[in-house]
This record gives sequence, C-alpha cells and structure tokens, in this order.
Amino acid sequence: MKRSGKQSAAPEEILIHEPFKAGLPNLPKYIKDIWLRREFASELSRATMRSQEASTFFGRMWLVINPLFLGSVYFVLVSIISNGAHGGADYMSHLLAGLFAYQFFSQSMMNGSKSVLGVGKLVINRSFPRLILPISSVLIAFYRFFPSIVVYFIFHLVTKQPISANQLYAIPAFLMIFVFSIGVAALLATVQVYFRDLKSFLPYLSRILLYATPVLYYADAIPENLKFMQYVNPLFGMFGAWGDSLVRGEVPATSLWISGLLWSVGTLLLGTFVFLSREREFAVRI
Amino acid sequence: MSSLSEFDDADQEDSTTPKLEKEKTQDSAIKVTNLSLTYRTTFTKNQTLRSALRDIRHKERNVHTVEALKDVSFEIPHGTVLGVIGQNGAGKSSLLRTLTGIMPPTAGRIEVHGRISTLLALGVAFNTELSGTENILLAGLASGMTREEVAAKRKEIIDFAEIGDFIDLPTKTYSSGMSQRLAFSVAVHMNPDILLIDEALSAGDAKFKAKAQEKMHELMKSARTLVLVSHGLNSILNLCNDAIWLDKGQIRMHADPKSVVDAYSEFVKVGKSTPAMLEDL
Repeated sequence: MKRSGKQSAAPEEILIHEPFKAGLPNLPKYIKDIWLRREFASELSRATMRSQEASTFFGRMWLVINPLFLGSVYFVLVSIISNGAHGGADYMSHLLAGLFAYQFFSQSMMNGSKSVLGVGKLVINRSFPRLILPISSVLIAFYRFFPSIVVYFIFHLVTKQPISANQLYAIPAFLMIFVFSIGVAALLATVQVYFRDLKSFLPYLSRILLYATPVLYYADAIPENLKFMQYVNPLFGMFGAWGDSLVRGEVPATSLWISGLLWSVGTLLLGTFVFLSREREFAVRI
Repeated sequence: MSSLSEFDDADQEDSTTPKLEKEKTQDSAIKVTNLSLTYRTTFTKNQTLRSALRDIRHKERNVHTVEALKDVSFEIPHGTVLGVIGQNGAGKSSLLRTLTGIMPPTAGRIEVHGRISTLLALGVAFNTELSGTENILLAGLASGMTREEVAAKRKEIIDFAEIGDFIDLPTKTYSSGMSQRLAFSVAVHMNPDILLIDEALSAGDAKFKAKAQEKMHELMKSARTLVLVSHGLNSILNLCNDAIWLDKGQIRMHADPKSVVDAYSEFVKVGKSTPAMLEDL
C-alpha cells in the first residue's frame, strides 16, 4: 500500500501553520527562530549603519564626533543656567555618562518606533520573526553607544575620577536600560503601525523624559515636592544605578535596582506581548 | 497509553486507517485543510490619532473585517506546479502569505513539507542604499541561511541575474528590470523545495523571461514544487500541471490547467487568445 514517493536523503523539514492560541504565536518556536536569525539581526543593524555613513563626509568618525558635540552643548547650557556653579570635572563626567546612555535609549526609542513601518512592503512580505526589526534598531543604537563610552572613559581617566571595582555595577545597570529599550522599541513599533502620528510626539516625549531623569542634575537635587518623579519615571532607577556606579564608583542603592528591574522587565514583557499579538496584522496594515 | 496503542493499530491495519492520515507525510508537499483567513483593516489608508478620535466621538468603527480565505482545502504532491488564478482581491496573495507563515490562519491547518522560498514582491532590496551583494546577504540571512551558505551561492545568483558590475553599486541605481531579475535569482537559488511566486514572471525583458521559464522547468524536473500566482493565463498554461481558481476567498475550481483556464476565461469573458495582461504581450 505504501507509496514510493521521491524522498530526499536529508530529513524533510515540516512546517505547520495553525491558528494562534490566544492571539500569540508559539513562543518557544518564535524565540528559537529569532535565535537562528541572530546573524541577520546584527547584519541588518551593521548594514543600516553602513548605508547611513556612506553618504556623509566624516563617515564612521561621527560615532565619536557626535557624543563630543552632544556633551559640549549640554555643558555650555548647564554652565550658563547654573551661573557656573556646575562646572567641575565630576559634574562633567556625570553629565557625559548620563547623556551617552540617554542617547542610547532615545535612539532605540526613535528608530525602534520606525522599525516596522520603515522597512516597507518588501520586507513585510518575507517570512521571519518581525521582532528582529525593533531588536535590530536597539542594536544600532548600541553600536553607536559603544564608541561614546570609550570617549567617556578617556574623560574619566584624564580628569582623575574615582576608579573602583564598583564601576562594574554599571554593566548590569546598562543591561536594565538595554532591556527596557527593547521593550519600548517593540511597543512603539506596534503603536506606530496603527497611529502614524506617534512619530511627531516622540521627540517631545524623549525630551521630557530626559529632563525628568537625573542626567543634567544630580538625583539629590530634586526638590521635595517633585520627589514623586522617582516613582513615575521608569528611567530613574536605571540611570541612578548607572551614574552611581560608573561615575562615582559607589554601590547603587537596592531601591534603584528594584525599581529599574521592575520597569525594564515589565516593559520588555508588555512590549513583546503587544508586538507579538499584533504582528500578523502588519502585512495588511502597511 | 491508550492513545499510543491506537496509533499502533492504525499502522498495522491499513484498511481502517482514514485516507487522510495515510497520505499525510508521504508525497504531499503542501496540504491545506479548511483554511480560513480573516483580518481586520481600516478603510482609511493611514490611520492617525485624529481620525481615531473622530471615529470614537462619532461612535463610528472604521474597522472592516476582510474574509480573505474561506474554508479552503487542497493538497498537492511534490513536483507539482500549481497555478493560482482569480480576480483581484480573490485571496491569491493571502493564500501565499498563509503558506509562508507571514499570516497565520484564523482557522484550519497548513502543512508544508520542505524548505520554502518566496517571491511575493518584486525587488530584493532591504535597503536601497546598500549594494546588491549586501542585499543578497541580508535576504539569505533573513530566510535562515548561514553566511557561508549565502557566500557559496553568491556568484551563481549574480551570474543568473546578469547584473554584472552593478552588483557592487547601491541597489537604488538599478533599473526596475535589474532589481526584478536579482529578486528572482535570489528566490530560485535559495535551494527551495517549494517556491512560491506572486506575479513575478514579468521579471525582466523577453530574454530573461525565457531564462526564468527554463529555470522553473529545471526546478520542476528535480521534483520541486512551485506555486505560481499569475494573471497571465498563458504562463499558467505553459508552466503548470495543476491549477486552482480562487473566487472571493473560496476555491471555485481545482483541476488541470486547461480546464481551469477555460472556465475562468469564460467567466471573466477574456478570450484565452487575447493577452490577459501586458505580461503576455
């Protein structure tokens, strides 16, 4: 009874497409798919960066020029506003460390929100886990962040800021910012598909968050009546831990870790949930 | 335990095994069972916050449910070249999207046996600022190949597409024919067991079209499976050995290409001899 069909020697791949359960794809399989395409994610990020650099005169140098300019602009701004009270090297390191990390977050948010809409029909008509798109935007922001951290360290060493093993706490602190950024990028990428005007709001949102986060000022400078910002600003804990460890070589307070961890993991879960539950509609919405 | 023994019994007694069960993993390349696909979309092309707020104020829901596919079932063995025809909006592209897994079905089940490659939209460029080579790499990685596998195929892809020195230039400098040829070449060189093509036969000039047809015949001979969506009825007649006519999301007819094309031409009052699309000219 058995048919003698043409069978290849290699085991046949079998793909089964079935309706999603509870509107979500099969998660273990989805995560495995992303892992299998990790090279694609990093190549997409690097290729995008290459294409952006290709049309500029300084090209790759911008990776270092940008953070230097950014730091100088805010340094001048804050020195004038504070009448020169904030001018020391310790303040400058606090400012640079905060700004560079914030730049990473803000770039992830901006580019992440465009990541699905921006690739257009062509990419949307390919079959791959789309979560790679916001992830790759965050990777681009990370590749840009990396040289800026080198710039920071040179400044840190030249101005003889404290060096201690506690600075290693900056790694998990940055990890929280990274995870949070992926969550935000996935969330905003989805929202942008439905509400295209989001992109006009984002620059303002980004600026408000910057001013609400102790980057331009020290956390203890927040007046009593604005202390609530510590609890409503997701970035407070993460950036607090980042600055305390990297700049001042202190062990960040437990409350900063808890708040940072809750916000970052919570946002990652929310962002990926919203993204995955809407992903199947992207092909017809774009 | 009881379910296990049931399976054992089924294996031994062929006569009691339902036909579907038996054929499931043998020859079929694609098996679609009771597939339905619905999605919601809006009539306004680009939804903005303002239009959404306006709709809420006026208690309007601009959302519209599209039943792209309704209870579609078919099965094709390896080596089939299946032509899918139907009018605009009949669900042809939706069918291909569900087969690749871009849109999971709302109901039903799809089994695809083998490695699938798709050519759903013309062009290959992920980023038009990047060169052809870089875009080939991205396309390959996206479809799950490794860097080495792509590198091994690169020369073949470029030669087939006849891109020449342009391959190192940004794809934004390509003529539309060149991007189409490159896209076609990438899709057929991914070593697919199953190749899905949406309206891509128009790729390139007459010379390349002949070459593309030849390549498809070659794929057919090696028992590959092709699903071809086309408005060009002549392409369907020339290439396919099986055909489906989709109408308003349902299978209107599934038979040999000649009967399906005849019935369809009769239905839309397009003489078979008159070209249905410019592509046939």
